[in-house]
Amino acid sequence: MSLEEGGYAIFLGLLAFACLFIAGKAYDQALAFHAVIGAIMAGAGVYLIVKTYLDNGGATAPEEINGKPNYNFGPVKFATIAAMFWGIAGFLIGVIIASQLAYPALNFDLPWTTFGRLRPLHTSAVIFAFGGNVLLASSFYIVQRTCRARMPGRITPWFVVLGYNAFIVIAGTGYLLGVTQGKEYAEPEWYADLWLTIVWVVYLLAFLATIWKRKEPHIYVANWFFLAFIVTIAMLHLVNNATVPVSVFGVKSYIVWSGVQDAMVQWWYGHNAVGFFLTAGFLAIMYYFVPKKAERPVYSYRLSIVHFWALIFLYIWAGPHHLHYTALPEWASTLGMTFSIMLWMPSWGGMINGLMTLSGAWDKLRTDPVLRMMVVSVAFYGMSTFEGPLMSVKAVNSLSHYTDWTIGHVHSGALGWVAYISFGAIYCLVPWLWNRKNLYSLKLVDWHFWVSTIGIVLYISAMWVAGIMQGLMWRAYTELGFLEYSFIETVEAMHPYYLIRALGGVLFLLGALVMAYNLYMTIRYGEAEEPAGGVALAPAE
Amino acid sequence: MAHHEVDHVSGVTTTGHEWDGIKELNNPLPRWWLWLFYICIIWSFGYFLVYPSWPTLTGYTKGFFGYSQREAALNDVAVGASTRLAAASGLKDATLEQIQGDPKLLEFAMANGKAAFGDNCAPCHGSGATGSKGYPNLQDDDWLWGGSLDAIHQTLLVGVRSTHPDTRVNDMPAFGKDALLEPAQIKNVAGYVLSLSGGAVEGADVAAGQTVFAEQCAACHGEDAKGLQDLGGPNLTDAIWLYGGDEKSVVETITNARRGVMPTWEGRLDPVTIKSLAVYVHALGGGS
Repeated sequence: MSLEEGGYAIFLGLLAFACLFIAGKAYDQALAFHAVIGAIMAGAGVYLIVKTYLDNGGATAPEEINGKPNYNFGPVKFATIAAMFWGIAGFLIGVIIASQLAYPALNFDLPWTTFGRLRPLHTSAVIFAFGGNVLLASSFYIVQRTCRARMPGRITPWFVVLGYNAFIVIAGTGYLLGVTQGKEYAEPEWYADLWLTIVWVVYLLAFLATIWKRKEPHIYVANWFFLAFIVTIAMLHLVNNATVPVSVFGVKSYIVWSGVQDAMVQWWYGHNAVGFFLTAGFLAIMYYFVPKKAERPVYSYRLSIVHFWALIFLYIWAGPHHLHYTALPEWASTLGMTFSIMLWMPSWGGMINGLMTLSGAWDKLRTDPVLRMMVVSVAFYGMSTFEGPLMSVKAVNSLSHYTDWTIGHVHSGALGWVAYISFGAIYCLVPWLWNRKNLYSLKLVDWHFWVSTIGIVLYISAMWVAGIMQGLMWRAYTELGFLEYSFIETVEAMHPYYLIRALGGVLFLLGALVMAYNLYMTIRYGEAEEPAGGVALAPAE
Repeated sequence: MAHHEVDHVSGVTTTGHEWDGIKELNNPLPRWWLWLFYICIIWSFGYFLVYPSWPTLTGYTKGFFGYSQREAALNDVAVGASTRLAAASGLKDATLEQIQGDPKLLEFAMANGKAAFGDNCAPCHGSGATGSKGYPNLQDDDWLWGGSLDAIHQTLLVGVRSTHPDTRVNDMPAFGKDALLEPAQIKNVAGYVLSLSGGAVEGADVAAGQTVFAEQCAACHGEDAKGLQDLGGPNLTDAIWLYGGDEKSVVETITNARRGVMPTWEGRLDPVTIKSLAVYVHALGGGS
């Protein structure tokens, strides 16, 4: 048994025992439950390591077969399927909570299904479970192919992918049981945070080691963006989750920051989770799949360098715009706003490089619905990265803040940009990974595209109208100096828009179900790619 | 340098790099992009000079005009308050009847009352003041504690079963839970009570129920069951029900009693607003 296998086996074995010990002494049921799940998962890990060792007698996978790199695509396949699974789960919960906002009785008066618990379940499922698995799959795929090197380690890539999904399970079941530290997008408690830290550091090392082994003289732009994403998320996660548990045997912990500093750290985290998880990471995906699918060179190397460095330098300062007109000092608010304005063009650099890469290949949009989906995603990216700086302007924010305009903005980015570029990447990856000539049905991709695009348009236009109306109602005064509308009247006015929004969500979910069916049929019945000499061959070029 | 291949479609050279079949063109930065980027940066630096922006060792840069968001907000609040104060001063010393009689005062009180009602009363009484189960409808002329201006004002001040020392309070006994009446007696009295507004309970002895009513209920609800507003005893003959007028609900009320709560508003709302609310609620309908 190699040092790597032995190391993981011992670590997971010790973890399983520690979990059992904690489960026995835990004073709240949620922690006991999670410790048991942890023990089972760690034990399963040990079993799998030992079993594969015994099955193949410790032989390591060759680096190359017939002179071509023997890429490790097992974990990529797993993460791709996991992404589709979590995506549908997350969209479904989104539809449920959207319906609850229109009809509050739909929470059925049960603690587990209240909006307060399902909302973080929705956001975490779509951002971290769906988006996270797309990032894991695509980063492992892209880094290997653009470095022409197999990822190091037999267990390590699997540890990252399975460990990350174990974190999702712990976090998600925790929300339903009411376990939360109450920080938006950072709700999981201390033990889940610790586990994610371990997984993330291993992810960083595995990624760096692949780049280290590369057979290409230069590092491709997608890998810069992935690296920026992995490093920054590590930093954000550590600072925003600096908590002190009340006891190792309980779920509750307290954050070390207090008052407005805590709020500032939270939004520094929250904003850069958008910047580095949902922007940098998915730009990396765009930088690989768009030129690959369009079969055109990237538009401008220089633009990619300048917008990359400008983006990562400016993004990190923009967080205070989430706290305009609060206890945050005015100067900090000003800085957050101006850095957001300066961020506009660096964000658009990615859009220009994505769209202009299609010059000479625009005709493909007629015939290739997958490429069309990715191009539309880049257009949505451009739209929401214009809307973001606009909403960061204090005068605009005084109207938009706390309204559903924010929800509309977030979803034009989340559905239009993040989900669409992810769908595009998955539609590319599945035939490539499973050696299929093409997708099962391009017509179904067309259906997916149109159904979900109508869903997105319904969603965001309903939220724009509702949000602006809500903001205007809140600030309306009568001639005698009284508020024109009570809060409850503004809530009543939102009802029709909440219905339209829920309908948009249903359409988006339907599209994803069509996609899942199409992918299943591709894997199960798709026509095999001609074996042309390599195990993991490049797609036809 | 290696060969710089020319892309046939665009006529632009590539950088000579290639990754998994992906090449890069050697295009310059788009001019319009670069200029917009510069303009955003210059605008931001201008903004830094005008508004509070950078932290210093002992404070922060205040900007050219000394603008302060906090002062601007406080100023807005003060302007709003003074607008209202001018009209409110007349209300402060006026009696409720005087307010009702003076169109100018009445207009202001109604506006103030409507705004205060929406944010404070509507959560229980509904934004249309029509109430719901357990929360009285304020649009009708059925009043638990009286519907005169003064009675409404008093209810607003002290609340019902609230923390106020002079709160309006009464206690209907839990006749079933505390075994004061047998289940059969409860059924009979429910039958009698429902018969007063034209209802009926199958199998109830209405005459026996009337006897029970006279002994147990009349003290608060009145001999004729038309209610005693001084004691907060509801009228049982008008087919208006706070907790439902079907057999099950009435039996449940007699068995366990209800005891709803309304908070005291004295100290939470200023006296002018409470007066305005009294006038507003009185005007909603049924003010006596």
